[in-house]
Formats: sequence, structure tokens, C-alpha cells
Amino acid sequence: MSPSELFLLSPEISVALLGGVILLLDLAVKRKGYLAAAALVGLLVPAGFSVGLLIRVGSESTGQLTGVFDTLFIDRFAIYFKFLILAATALVIAASVDYRARLGRFQGEYYGLILFSASGMMLLAAGAELITLFVALELATLPLVALAAFLRDARSTESGLKFLVLSAVSSALLLYGMAFTFGVAGSTWLRDIGQVLSGASQETGAPFGSYALMLGIALMVAGFGFKIASVPFQMWVPDVYEGSPTPVTAYLSVASKAAGFAVLLRVFYVALGSADLRVEWGTLFAVLSVLSMSVGNLVAIAQSNIKRMLAYSTVAHAGYLLVGVAAVARAGPSDSLGPSGVLFYLATYTLTNLTAFFVIIAIVNKTGSEVIEDFAGMGRRAPWLALALAISMVSLIGVPPTGGFIGKVYIFSAAVRHDLAWLALAGVINSVVSVYYYMRVVRALYVLPSASQERVPSSLPLRWALGITAIGTVFLGLLPTHLLRFAQEAARILTS
Amino acid sequence: MVGFQHYLALSGILFGLGFYTALSKRNAIVVLMGIEVMFNAVNVAVVAIAKYLLPFSLAGSVASGGEPAYQFLLTGQVFAIFVIAVAAAEVALGLGIVLAIYRARETVDVSQFTLMKE
Repeated sequence: MSPSELFLLSPEISVALLGGVILLLDLAVKRKGYLAAAALVGLLVPAGFSVGLLIRVGSESTGQLTGVFDTLFIDRFAIYFKFLILAATALVIAASVDYRARLGRFQGEYYGLILFSASGMMLLAAGAELITLFVALELATLPLVALAAFLRDARSTESGLKFLVLSAVSSALLLYGMAFTFGVAGSTWLRDIGQVLSGASQETGAPFGSYALMLGIALMVAGFGFKIASVPFQMWVPDVYEGSPTPVTAYLSVASKAAGFAVLLRVFYVALGSADLRVEWGTLFAVLSVLSMSVGNLVAIAQSNIKRMLAYSTVAHAGYLLVGVAAVARAGPSDSLGPSGVLFYLATYTLTNLTAFFVIIAIVNKTGSEVIEDFAGMGRRAPWLALALAISMVSLIGVPPTGGFIGKVYIFSAAVRHDLAWLALAGVINSVVSVYYYMRVVRALYVLPSASQERVPSSLPLRWALGITAIGTVFLGLLPTHLLRFAQEAARILTS
Repeated sequence: MVGFQHYLALSGILFGLGFYTALSKRNAIVVLMGIEVMFNAVNVAVVAIAKYLLPFSLAGSVASGGEPAYQFLLTGQVFAIFVIAVAAAEVALGLGIVLAIYRARETVDVSQFTLMKE
């Protein structure tokens, strides 16, 4: 490994090192508020390295570098996710400041674990080989498990144990799927697998060309489906979301999901992207998509706890995102409408969902209740927080002028273009159903009367983070062009 | 004569047993044991694949980056070593959480962990 290869890995290395530095700093400083500040400043380093990589990749004719024994792809796709994950990490760290009182004396560990997980997620988006992907996946997940159990009370530990057991079972399924794919293709490198599978004749009559490959793909879908919280692998979501510390839930719902979709797109497009395979798994994802949005939306209606409601909402949004993945499958060799839709939607979803969770952190800090009806009267008690939450709900429904609207239009039009109009129709119907439970929150904020008139306090970092996410949500609805172009360039790597 | 199919069958049986244990047992420690068995079933499969299948599929030389093929003969074994390391980390974390949950609840019976059901 040469120094130039080290540069290819520099964003991940610097994030992991930063995590270590924060751990050590925790021993040295008395005022723990400095830890979050140090983490935020430190995150500028990997961001700078990522910009450097972007410039380096731009000068490459293929738009792609491979490095570190060919186990990493460095391309716009990976860098898009590096920026997305770094941004989500920074925002969550800033918003965690309001949660400090409940973290007790383990703040260094808290920020450290978030950063370790971020380095795993960034690797996940860049991995070019199955073993690397597996290790990156565990590096992303295990710190999140520890964070879910971080409060060490009955609820938090329960959610941690459920998360651990189900994520371990799903990684085992994923691994078994990787083993079968490895057996069929004779290699763990995604590109080699793609070459072998597109060269192999598919005339055995078995689905996916052979039963071993079918089993491998089905098991991998189960493993990744867990990560992106798609039905039928969503059973961990509500309990883990409810029991985890709220900033961790926020992080889990955006960064972990983004990384999951990154690896899903990469594996299925690069390794399993031959034309006849695409048709098979495209249909599979279309079915999972309809199931996810329907189940997520219908169960969300019945929820009274806002974190639990957002947990089912995230299942529904996994369904909308899978529309884009299913459209990937039917696309021609140079058509990247589906994947670029997924990339753009993930960015808007990150901003929107973080907005919602940041408001919940501030309000629950004051009221101590996560029941939706207890958000009553916040329109008067905390006008700015209420406005931000309302924007976020509107964007989750997909109403203009928010990013959620553009994302949905883009993803559904990709589906229509690829003869999946029924899937787009299912998505639209589900969006209409979702109006009911999202508007219930807005109704509580502005219509329901509340007993107390006390103001809701929030810290400066949280207000900044909230401002960025709320304004970003609206901004992407009004001026989506730049991000769309970046997403299209990033997705082109998958299809070329 | 023990051949590839036998190893694959062993791996399948182990995986099934582990899966059943992980999802049906009530003691959290036994659940973790089931997960461990699943990971080891994967190890049996990848090592068997590396020993019996890889020499044939590499004959067509799909080795990445034009490097000599013998490096790739060990992919399965390397895979297994990584799985063992990750499984150890997983169990260490699992036992830590079980300990924390025992302190909070004085039980490790997973059927009683229903604080958050609606």
C-alpha cells in the first residue's frame, strides 16, 4: 500500500482517528461541551479530504479509481455518500448537545461511537469487494447497537438487545448469501462477479440462472433489507427507534439508511447488473417496495408515540426509495434516472427527518412526553420549533415547495418511464394515506389547546443544526438543480 | 468419501439450527449462541467453496487486476478469518448489553422484554 492509496482512504481514516481523539480528549477536558465542538471542527478534515478526492476523481477519464488492493471504488457515487454521511454526522453531533444531561459522564464514548459508525458507513458506500463490505457493514452497525443501549435503563438496553440480535441474524443471512454468490462466481470482487455472471449462460431454466445464485441473492436481499428497514425485515425498527436516545434514532434513520441504499445499489448494479438478472431482482424489489410503503403507512396511522410513528414512516419511505431501485432494474445500460432519484431522495429525506427529530429532542427535553397529542400548543409555546416540525411533516408527505416533493416526483417519474406505472400509482396512493398521520402532528402543534404556556428552551448548536436542516428542506424544494446534477453524475458511474 | 456436498449440507444444517435457536430460545445468552452457530455455518461453507470450487472457477482466470491467481485461492479462508473476528466483536457487545439489561431488569428472559409493544 503506497501513500497515494492512503489518500484514497483518507476520509475514513480521519473520521476513525477523530473518534479516537475525542475518546482521549474526554479524559483530559473537564468541560464536556468542548467535545462536541472538537468533533465538529474535526469533521472538517475528512470533508476536506473528500473534496480533494472529488477533484482527483474529476481528472480521471473513467471517473473512477480503485485502490487498497482493489477493495475500494473512489468515484462520485462514493463521494456523494461521504458528504451525505459527514453532514448527517455533524448535524447529529450538534443536536446531541441538548441531550447531554442524559448521557451522563460517557460523552466522549458517545461522540466516539458516532464517528466510528460514520467511518463504517463511508466505507460501505465505497466498498468494491464482499469481505470489505461485510466488515464495513459491521463497523457501521456495532457502534450503533452500543449507542442504542447507551442510556442503560430498561428501555434503552431492551432496544439495544433487540437491535443486536436482529442485526446479527441479518448479517448472518447476508454472509450466507455472499458465500453462495462467491461460490457461483468464484470471486468476492464485485466487478469479477459481474463479469462471470453476465458471461455465464442462463439457460438452466432455474430462476436467476441457478438455484445457488437465487438463494444467494435472496439471502443478500434479506440482509440489506434489514439495513434499509424494508418489509418484511422491519420488525426491529419501531422498538429500536422508540427505546434509543433520540439523537441516535435520528442518526439511525438517515445515515444508516443512506449507507444501506448505497451498498444495495452498488452490489446489485455492479455485481448483479447483467440484463436478465436485473429483470428478476427488479420485480423482487418492486414487490418489496409496495409491501414496505403499504405496511409502513397503515401501521403508522395507529401510533400515538411520535418516535414510533416516525419509525413506521421510515419503513414507508424505504418503500418509496425502493421504487427507484426497481426502476434501476429496467433501465437501459446508460439510463441512470432511477439511481439518481434514490440519491436525491436520500439527501432530502436526511434533511427532512433530521429536522423532525431535532424538534422532538428540544420539545421532549421540556415536556418529557413523546405522545403526539402532548405536542399541543407548541405553535404558540415554541413558534420556530413548531414551524420546523410542520415543514418537515409537509416534506415527508411530499407537498411543494419542499425537497420531499421533488424527490418523490423524480423517483415516481423514473418508475413511469420504465413501465412501472402501477408502482408509481401505488406510491401516490400511499402518499395520500400518509397525509392523515403526518397532519395529525401539525394539528397537535397548531390546533389542539395546551394547559401550559411555558416557552421551550433549546441550545444554540441545536438551533443552528435545525435551521440548516429546515432551510435545506425548503431550499431543495425550490432550487434542486445543483444537487440533482451531482446525483446524476454520481449515479452515472453505476450504469456506465 | 467426504466431498463438497457433505460440507455444504453440514453448513446448511448448522445454519438452520442456529437460526432456529436465535429466534426461538428465551434465554438471551442462548440466543447469542445461536447467532454464533450461524456465523460458523458460513465459515464452513466459504472454506469448503475455497477448497473444492475455487480452483475450477479460477481456471478461466477472472482474477482482478491481472495478479496471479494463487492469491485468490485463499479468498475463502481469509473470508472465514474476518467472519470469526467480527463474530467475536458481536458477541462481546452482546454480552455487554445482556449484562446491562440484567442489571436493569434482573432477568435475561427475552420473552419478558416487551416494554415497547402496542
